[in-house]
Amino acid sequence: MKMKSPTALIPGLYLTLFFAYLFGPLIIMVITAFNSSTFPRVSPWECFTTDWFGKLASDDKLLSGLGNSLLIGVGVVCVAIPIGLAAAITLSQVGPKLRAALYTIFIAPILVPGVVIGLSTLIFWDRIGTLFNAPYESFFYDGTFLTIFGQVTFIAAYSMLVFLSRIQRFDTTLTEAALDMGATPTQAFVKVLLPFMAPAIGSATVLAFLASLENYNTTVFTIVSSSTFTTVLSSKVRYGLDPSISAVAVIIIAITLIGAIIYECRNRYYTKGWAHVIADRPALKIATHPGTVAVILGVLTLAAVLFIQNHDSSVCTAQVLEEKRALQQQLMEQQSINTPQQAVPAPTMPNLGPLGGDEGGASAPSPFGNNIFSPENLGTSAPEGN
Amino acid sequence: MTKEISLEHVWVEFGEFTAVHKANLNIAGGEFFSFLGPSGCGKTTLLRCISGFQEPTRGKVKIGGQDMRGVGPNKRPTALIFQNLALFPLRSVADNIAFPLEVRGVDKKTRRKRADELLELIALPGQGDKKVSELSGGQKQRVAIARALAVEPDILLLDEPLSALDLKLRQHMRTELRAIQKQVGLTFIYITHDQGEALTMSDRIAVMNKGKIEQIGDGKAIYDHPTTSFVASFVGENNVLDGTVLSNDGKTMKIDAGLGTPFTVENHPAGGPALAPGDACHLFVRPEALRLSKDDSAINQFETNFVTEEFEGNMRHIVMNASGTDLKLSLINDGTNAIDANAPVKLDFAPEMGIALKPGELASA
Repeated sequence: MKMKSPTALIPGLYLTLFFAYLFGPLIIMVITAFNSSTFPRVSPWECFTTDWFGKLASDDKLLSGLGNSLLIGVGVVCVAIPIGLAAAITLSQVGPKLRAALYTIFIAPILVPGVVIGLSTLIFWDRIGTLFNAPYESFFYDGTFLTIFGQVTFIAAYSMLVFLSRIQRFDTTLTEAALDMGATPTQAFVKVLLPFMAPAIGSATVLAFLASLENYNTTVFTIVSSSTFTTVLSSKVRYGLDPSISAVAVIIIAITLIGAIIYECRNRYYTKGWAHVIADRPALKIATHPGTVAVILGVLTLAAVLFIQNHDSSVCTAQVLEEKRALQQQLMEQQSINTPQQAVPAPTMPNLGPLGGDEGGASAPSPFGNNIFSPENLGTSAPEGN
Repeated sequence: MTKEISLEHVWVEFGEFTAVHKANLNIAGGEFFSFLGPSGCGKTTLLRCISGFQEPTRGKVKIGGQDMRGVGPNKRPTALIFQNLALFPLRSVADNIAFPLEVRGVDKKTRRKRADELLELIALPGQGDKKVSELSGGQKQRVAIARALAVEPDILLLDEPLSALDLKLRQHMRTELRAIQKQVGLTFIYITHDQGEALTMSDRIAVMNKGKIEQIGDGKAIYDHPTTSFVASFVGENNVLDGTVLSNDGKTMKIDAGLGTPFTVENHPAGGPALAPGDACHLFVRPEALRLSKDDSAINQFETNFVTEEFEGNMRHIVMNASGTDLKLSLINDGTNAIDANAPVKLDFAPEMGIALKPGELASA
């Protein structure tokens, strides 16, 4: 084989680096999900384990947070999509001056920091609630509702942008034609404009749902006493991570991959070229049908779930634990040998007072003579100063 | 069933701008009526008044004797064929045609049957399952007509539907439109800036300029006996000479156009406002009315010099200059009309072929 010139390798190298940058962290995270180490890490590799999935499945806080997130996501989609669509339709029908003004108003929530939206939503609905003397159990103080309201303010603007780009290509004479053919305005909207907008509605829905699911900085304020997936995760980061978070990542990646594979298969299956290829090959036609692909992936997923449920790594983990214990034992023994030497206080160690000092230091002679900054020395230093 | 339409003192104003200026006319049931005018003359606005997309600022639009004010486009017995046809791109041909039935709650089977019948009428049988994008320009045109006919309207409104087609197809569709109109017997109201379309298809034509209806009449009346300078200059080619009326005895006028002997021009009963001696006037003579003088005794004779010639095969379009004014002259290429480019040429025209009108706005070339 002929050697490639070094310049020809540059695109390949660039691509490798690019994909490594994109997917490297994901791959590492997936690996950590199967390491029995209690902190998500790849090395030292201890045991292959699926216990973190089990731990995840029994993590009620995370699961209820995930449930809340999904609920909020659906709620946000239901509210934000109609608002965004209405805003886009309005913008497409008003005159240029009003259009510019309205556009600025509609787009403003995107420019406002999420933190501000979160706080203001919280305060606004609290004021409204107070106005109506609503009890604390009412929806004015309910985290789910507040989060939906808060997120809708900017997610509706996102979806409006998606709709705008589509609606600009809409030929308004089509609506006029429908009206002229005897359609009511509602029929014209449902039968002419909506089908045209359908692709944009699809992508706006996905966008809105994902934006809602991953939102943190607004949600953290509006969720009040409840929690979502992101707030639970962030509290986990603060109070100690374990690889069950990696398990979450594995599940999300798996879902995305499965969806993407089926979508791609569907796209390829319905291309004209492929239709020719499978025209007289019934077996291939069935094998490459997106439904078949979905079934295969479903079976694989099920197998993976069963494997995760039944895999037992307790022997290995016990062994690792034993090794650790042995190591600890050894260390402790070593420490106990060294202890007498360490117990003797260093004569030059400065007394740092109650905050930094150790027991031995208090009796040691201070390099500063007497420690006037030490509170317990106040009484003794005062007479000396006189 | 067809219904007559009457426009009674219809004004349409957009702020300061007057789009339609006191339009007053009646269109009989079953008539092929055209509005002809340059772009921006208000003809489309007038059409939108009839179809219901625009309410007149003042005046009434009556269809079948009923005042249409406040009646929406979906409630009027009209169907509009848009300039860009406005076929629904996401629907099949049959679904497009059946759309008016669909919104009226007709069941699927009946819809399909009616769509197939209409496809038969427009000579596209069996093409119902095609996508709109798979049709050619002329086929789309016919589908748009079929869809409008599915409404079973009393009046079909057409807003320059042929302007997007190429010349050959346009000429073909003219014949076809006229044939469809005869077949279904509906009132057709046709908007165009193309005088050829208006003249070939219409029973009557209204020529519009700047929101005003200048003249209403059949094609022959409008071409042969225009009543305003605008109509005379907009419809067909015309040579215009500035002149002064010397005398008018009710039957003939003597007009001095500064080209030697005063011209004798016949008054036409359907012509424009009467001109009195001393009035300034525009004298119009069509290129085909001008002829090379056979002898020196011809009436309305004047001397010209050759400027240039355009050869079009069957016709020769010649530009001659008469005392500083360029005149167009169309001659049949039958080998008898030789012109000496280096010597003065005498032209003349028959008294009934000259049209003298009050000076007014001329259509820009």
